[in-house]
Amino acid sequence: MSALLEARGLRLAFGGVKAADGIDLAVEEGEFLAIIGPNGAGKTTFINMATGYLRPQAGEITFRGRRILGLPPRRIVRLGIARSFQLPQLFTEHTVLENMALAIAAREGPWSPLAPLLRPAWRDEAMALLDSFGLAPLAERRGDALNEGARKLADIAMAVALKPRLLLMDEPTSGVAAADKMAVVETLARVLRQSGVTAVFVEHDMEVVDRFADRVAVWGQGRIMALGPPQAVLADPQVRRDVIGILPEEAAGHAPA
Amino acid sequence: MKRHAELLLALLGVLAVVLVAWAVPWLRFVLTIALAKGLAVLGILLLLRAGQVSFGHALFVAFAAYVVAFLAPLLPETLLLLPVAALGSALLGLLVGLFVVRYREIFFGMLNLALSMVFYSVLEKFYAITHGTDGIRLAPTRFAGMALEGAAQGWSVLLLALALSLGFGVLVRLHLASPMGQALAGIKTREPRLEFMGVPARRVLLSAYVLSACMAGCGGALIAMTTRHVTPALAYWTASGELVFIAILGGAGSVLGPFLGALAYELTRVYAAALVADAWQMILGTVLLLVILFAPGGLWGMGRALFARRRAA
Repeated sequence: MSALLEARGLRLAFGGVKAADGIDLAVEEGEFLAIIGPNGAGKTTFINMATGYLRPQAGEITFRGRRILGLPPRRIVRLGIARSFQLPQLFTEHTVLENMALAIAAREGPWSPLAPLLRPAWRDEAMALLDSFGLAPLAERRGDALNEGARKLADIAMAVALKPRLLLMDEPTSGVAAADKMAVVETLARVLRQSGVTAVFVEHDMEVVDRFADRVAVWGQGRIMALGPPQAVLADPQVRRDVIGILPEEAAGHAPA
Repeated sequence: MKRHAELLLALLGVLAVVLVAWAVPWLRFVLTIALAKGLAVLGILLLLRAGQVSFGHALFVAFAAYVVAFLAPLLPETLLLLPVAALGSALLGLLVGLFVVRYREIFFGMLNLALSMVFYSVLEKFYAITHGTDGIRLAPTRFAGMALEGAAQGWSVLLLALALSLGFGVLVRLHLASPMGQALAGIKTREPRLEFMGVPARRVLLSAYVLSACMAGCGGALIAMTTRHVTPALAYWTASGELVFIAILGGAGSVLGPFLGALAYELTRVYAAALVADAWQMILGTVLLLVILFAPGGLWGMGRALFARRRAA
């Protein structure tokens, strides 16, 4: 089976910091791939490279067999790769509904110059999507009048509205209240599975990773240190020590008194 | 504000302008100039929605005015001259826009200013062609084939200005509610997100820029046909500043704002100049400061707030 997204030999350094130092990674159609790793390891950089925001110094990225490096973000999203952001990027002076409608409009373009944005078909679609994320009651709120968790969800919902084949999410659960986290991820996973979207997500919450990822890639110092199913990867002693921050003694139940 | 209410207000405004121009004939000239500037300011409003301020839109006003002045002897028909001049300004807008839409905020504003001043210098220095600061007197033109004179000529241009104001007002109102207009407003808050959604933000801004240049061109053509004399002062930076001044005075909340602002500005100017000849700029300056400090929504915002309060009471 050929991969949906395939990165080969990606290299990118910021000064002396190697964010990617020979990354080979293939994302298979239909899977949920989690990327974990310490802060500053280069996880977000990978998303930025795959969406055309950053250009690696070496390497190649193909999407459905087509080379996408060098294409600007707006061309790449049209090929079917959408992203959400670690810091939600809503249009702050628009309502949540208008934000969603803009995403739908962006997908549907080209635009006639005089037909309204909030036309019935787009409004209905936006409301249905907001409803599936539990955001319908906030539809008329302005983008800058939401709490962090809702903003995060709306940001992801906008990316989903683009109907991508592949969705790249940068820390989808950061900022979401701990009590709501599992419900949010549950919802998100259901929506994505229903629409057959492949997802890559950067995540720090190992419980989320363990429950929703089909595979986990561990990013460290610009390299992929481990890759495989969550049970195996999360049990790896080196990963536990370097990424999750649990000492082997603790894991083995011999915590010092 | 509901669309129908705005349209009703606009039609009442048209009626008021016609009545005033009929009752006080010497104001007809002032009202025509105000509407012409209102058209140019409507373009400024469009760019303001994207968070960009052009300090050089007098370039397009002056360009269209000179197109009219140069073509009038060859093509003495108002109804042909105006669209040709507006189209000329739109094309110039496309050319200039290709460069300026790459910049934002102060750089966008200053580059516009610089280009308009280049055009000013060209008009001033190429005496053999443009007659320098003396300017060009307009040859007589016809209106739909009729040779009009005096009051009839004035009325024809005023009615044309009213029709254009109403037409472009409706057009811009619809455009702002369309995906294009909403994406334009998105440039102000989250331009990168537009790119990540597949929307070419620069092209959105460019199309708004061309439309604004076209409207400024209509305004410039009307000014030339009313004053019947064009000078480089039309392109001077103070003329551009005046357009931004009117945009702030009128308010950016509605397409009626620019026209409200332009009428208030021109009428204040005429009466203030008559009453206190030496200090009318100071009066306008004070008014602007008061608007910025106490009514950031401009005259339109003030009127709306008053209306809302009365309805609530």
